[in-house]
Amino acid sequence: MIKAILIFNNHGKPRLIRFYQYFAEDMQQQIIRETFHLVSKRDDNVCNFLEGGSLIGGSDYKLIYRHYATLYFVFCVDSSESELGILDLIQVFVETLDKCFENVCELDLIFHMDKVHYILQEVVMGGMVLETNMNEIVAQVELQNRMEKSESTVWVFFPFFCLFVCLLQGGLSAAPARAVSAVKNMNLPEIPRNINIGDINIKVPSLSPF
Amino acid sequence: MPAVSKGDGMRGLAVFISDIRNCKSKEAEIKRINKELANIRSKFKGDKALDGYSKKKYVCKLLFIFLLGHDIDFGHMEAVNLLSSNKYTEKQIGYLFISVLVNSNSDLIRLINNAIKNDLSSRNPTFMNLALHCIANVGSREMAEAFAAEVPRILVAGDTMDSVKQSAALCLLRLYRTSPDLVPMGEWTARVVHLLNDQHLGVVTAATSLIITLAQKNPDDFKTSVSLAVARLSRIVTSASTDLQDYTYYFVAAPWLSVKLLRLLQCYPPPEDAAIRGRLTECLETILNKAQEPPKSKKVQHSNAKNAVLFEAISLIIHHDSEPTLLVRACNQLGQFLQHRETNLRYLALESMCTLASSEFSHEAVKTHIETVINALKTERDVSVRQRAVDLLYAMCDRSNAKQIVAEMLSYLETADYSIREEIVLKVAILAEKYAVDYTWYVDTILNLIRIAGDYVSEEVWYRVIQIVINRDDVQGYAAKTVFEALQAPACHENLVKVGGYILGEFGNLIAGDPRSSPLIQFDLLHSKFHLCSVPTRALLLSAYIKFINLFPEVKGTIQEVLRSDSQLRNADVELQQRAVEYLRLSCIASTDILATVLEEMPPFPERESSILAKLKRKKGSGTVSDIEENRKERNTNVNGGVNHSSANTNAKVTSSSSTDLLGLGSNTAINSTPPPGPSTAASLLVDVFSETSPTGPLGAPSAPVSDDNFSRFVCKNNGVLYENQLLQIGLKSEFRQNLGRMYVFYGNKTSTQFLNFSASVVCQDALRAQLNVHAKPADPTIDGGAQLQQILNIECVSDFVEAPVLNIQFRYGGTLQNIAVKLPVTLNKFFQPTEMTSQDFFQRWKQLSAPQQEVQKIFKAKHSMDTEVTKAKIIGFGVALLDGVDPNPSNFVGAGVIHTKTTQVGCLLRLEPNTQAQMYRLTLRTSRDSVSQRLCDLLSDQF
Repeated sequence: MIKAILIFNNHGKPRLIRFYQYFAEDMQQQIIRETFHLVSKRDDNVCNFLEGGSLIGGSDYKLIYRHYATLYFVFCVDSSESELGILDLIQVFVETLDKCFENVCELDLIFHMDKVHYILQEVVMGGMVLETNMNEIVAQVELQNRMEKSESTVWVFFPFFCLFVCLLQGGLSAAPARAVSAVKNMNLPEIPRNINIGDINIKVPSLSPF
Repeated sequence: MPAVSKGDGMRGLAVFISDIRNCKSKEAEIKRINKELANIRSKFKGDKALDGYSKKKYVCKLLFIFLLGHDIDFGHMEAVNLLSSNKYTEKQIGYLFISVLVNSNSDLIRLINNAIKNDLSSRNPTFMNLALHCIANVGSREMAEAFAAEVPRILVAGDTMDSVKQSAALCLLRLYRTSPDLVPMGEWTARVVHLLNDQHLGVVTAATSLIITLAQKNPDDFKTSVSLAVARLSRIVTSASTDLQDYTYYFVAAPWLSVKLLRLLQCYPPPEDAAIRGRLTECLETILNKAQEPPKSKKVQHSNAKNAVLFEAISLIIHHDSEPTLLVRACNQLGQFLQHRETNLRYLALESMCTLASSEFSHEAVKTHIETVINALKTERDVSVRQRAVDLLYAMCDRSNAKQIVAEMLSYLETADYSIREEIVLKVAILAEKYAVDYTWYVDTILNLIRIAGDYVSEEVWYRVIQIVINRDDVQGYAAKTVFEALQAPACHENLVKVGGYILGEFGNLIAGDPRSSPLIQFDLLHSKFHLCSVPTRALLLSAYIKFINLFPEVKGTIQEVLRSDSQLRNADVELQQRAVEYLRLSCIASTDILATVLEEMPPFPERESSILAKLKRKKGSGTVSDIEENRKERNTNVNGGVNHSSANTNAKVTSSSSTDLLGLGSNTAINSTPPPGPSTAASLLVDVFSETSPTGPLGAPSAPVSDDNFSRFVCKNNGVLYENQLLQIGLKSEFRQNLGRMYVFYGNKTSTQFLNFSASVVCQDALRAQLNVHAKPADPTIDGGAQLQQILNIECVSDFVEAPVLNIQFRYGGTLQNIAVKLPVTLNKFFQPTEMTSQDFFQRWKQLSAPQQEVQKIFKAKHSMDTEVTKAKIIGFGVALLDGVDPNPSNFVGAGVIHTKTTQVGCLLRLEPNTQAQMYRLTLRTSRDSVSQRLCDLLSDQF
């Protein structure tokens, strides 16, 4: 079972949170912080599975995540789920977002939070995988859009505010995390490495006697 | 254009979000949010009815605010109202708000349920889906109560749309998870199984998820799913990749469904039907074969999907554990993955191999990969993967490779991530013990462990090493020598000091012959660490010192000097101070014989399950470790004898405060209450030494066992000597009338010295407290030498009782505290009033008391000579009237009396039939109360 789906950016700002098990609001925020802390310190070429989230469920639970450009997609699952299966599911979700938003980027998630929720609802329901067929998912989302349009011509579905250049070329889906790591690193300030405190010799200038 | 103007409205949301994003500080953000919250609140509260569109906009804003981590405490009602809107978009946002923000115990649930009910019966699939989503996402008990019957109907109804079926299956799964008791199994179960044959693969996937969970709890009800699942799997696996069109994911046919089906099959043993079994084996072989084929796409998604199926197939093979060829193939496949360039695959291969290692068929095959796994441990950049490598090494370890694996783990430990160090320490400790051929290796390993990762060595680990050393005398000398050497390092871990202190205290004598480790050097070495250690360790060291005094009389002076120093005797810590005082005293007073007895070497520990193993299980959760352990147990049938799974539990108290335990004093302390007559023996002296200190301390006077030596003598008489030892004599005089009694207790000081702090109290325990009131008048606190002190006890019998009250006496004699506890002979028969009656009366009453529980009979052998007069006296002393000429047989005795208690009176008839030839008696008692009959019978039968 999927216990939670968390999407946050490289700075730990949540962009979507969805819990399928009840946690109090402050606990939810703590889980996000802990998860970000665990995931963000990992290199991009290590594996996508991680144990050790202490808040959400103990040793039976794994974090399975993918890092796309500025966003982390983290699924917190128990041992009844196939790890690679969940990885693929994340991919399906992101590809679907990409199709629906045409080159999805972080801003789409921010300004169309409700849409992202609806798309997610077509993929995962109550912590279980509902649908994995992307065409089917997209068809459902399009159906929703049509119904909306028929009710009012209000909703501007395609990103109206997304004037900013998407950080990705060619869409997220085609480019696994590695291809965009350069972009990711650009956002980070230079961090001094190897601070060696073992060998500090403080030289005290010899004072001239009075 | 209207579209644009309304578009401006949505811009309200966008503007708000942009504002937030532009906030320079947290304070500014909070300020902006509060402003918006106030705005929304006023809009919701305002007189003007909001149109659906505005409501939607505000709900969206609230969701955004919630996402940022702010509590949303209003808007719920508005969201609930949106549910009953006819517009899809409004309904949708209402459901979204509720799914995200309403927790399962909200008081709005009833309103929400109402809306859901309407939507479920709307026959509009979109609305039904929204409602089912909401149930599945909230999943509260109230929802289960409301819909547990409805959802299965929707699921199996013939006219339900596919997408609704999918949702209904998962919704039911969620309800079953939260409240299994509310989801009744019924005729729908069989039809759910048949969903595995559904045309729509999405429905099949959802149904499989549902069946997996249901089958885990009710395997028999879903047995038929096995054949269907195999058939379905077979069709998928053998299909061309284009057959399944939309469900083909990067050239892999329906990977999710395959994974789910393989999971479902893991709920059951291998199919018994040969045909099905053959078909399944074929499927699994096909999946294994496909892994060897060249990839149809270079995309990582392709290999991911393919391997997801492959790993699940391997799990099933391992689960069945019945086809050696498949197992070995699986192992080889995983072996390939161990060196794959994809980190994920290496991770998963290590994980799967862990379970494979526990199979008999493939254990050897797994072992061939040891070099690769060790290499992974050394070179992997990813801690997750290294962790799996450690797990696998642990799982594949056996006698043949234990030394290598333990050595590798130890060397990895030096650089291991802090987060997994403790676990590695536990694993090394367990392996070292389990596969130790010679225990010198074991001792070396554990000491290395402490040296490398002392902070991560938990108490269980060092308790265990001590336990093993104590239980195995062949390793004791080596252990003493090794810890002695290890302690010589300028900086050593406190855990090493603990182990060192304990082992040298026990076995330091084994290396004392070497002048380089003479007693004094050993002591100085230990004591040089003393001041750097924490209190528990210091306490342990003090115990080691007193053991030294016993082992090496030549250092006694030095150690006494240390104990006597102010830093010990006046230590601020109570435990340390007490140990110092007691040990110093013990070393001064006790003779060498007594010292040797008290400070004897620890006896072997009882064998129990290793507490280290228990700890590892706790750490890892139930699954992994225990499985491996269970499976492996058979193969390694206790190679090392019983020590294998024993534990350090006994030892666990060492560091707390129980110095008794450490010194093995437990058995001695109980003696003090009834010191044997004659001059003080070793034991009583020993106790005297200890009892000088506070009685509450671990070595203080323990509560004395209750003496009841003379108890039975008082059943038939009221006066006499109740208790006597070389210090004190206790005499009794008592009189009873109806339910009241008075007892005079005389305490005689047999010595010429004054007893100080004398106190005597009577305790009624447990049930007796309500049955008997005993009031003791306070006695003088001193008794002069040779003098006698009288104390009066007033007794009231409230109801019939069995136990006897206990007289607790405490006093100080010559500076030592004495504790004496004696059972007071207040018995039920004391409250007898004798009743004279005629033969006719007697038998009339006898007949009245003929119910089976009213009579108690006992046949017993005579303990004393069967003298008629003595017997008569005893029966009269018992309290009843002896009735002559009632029984036709003159040698029988018949008595009658009434027991007076405050609450009732119990009439009692008794008959005693001696058989002089057989030297036996038969005693029969009839009273109106069975508990009284029983108690009186017990009391009286003891007298003859």
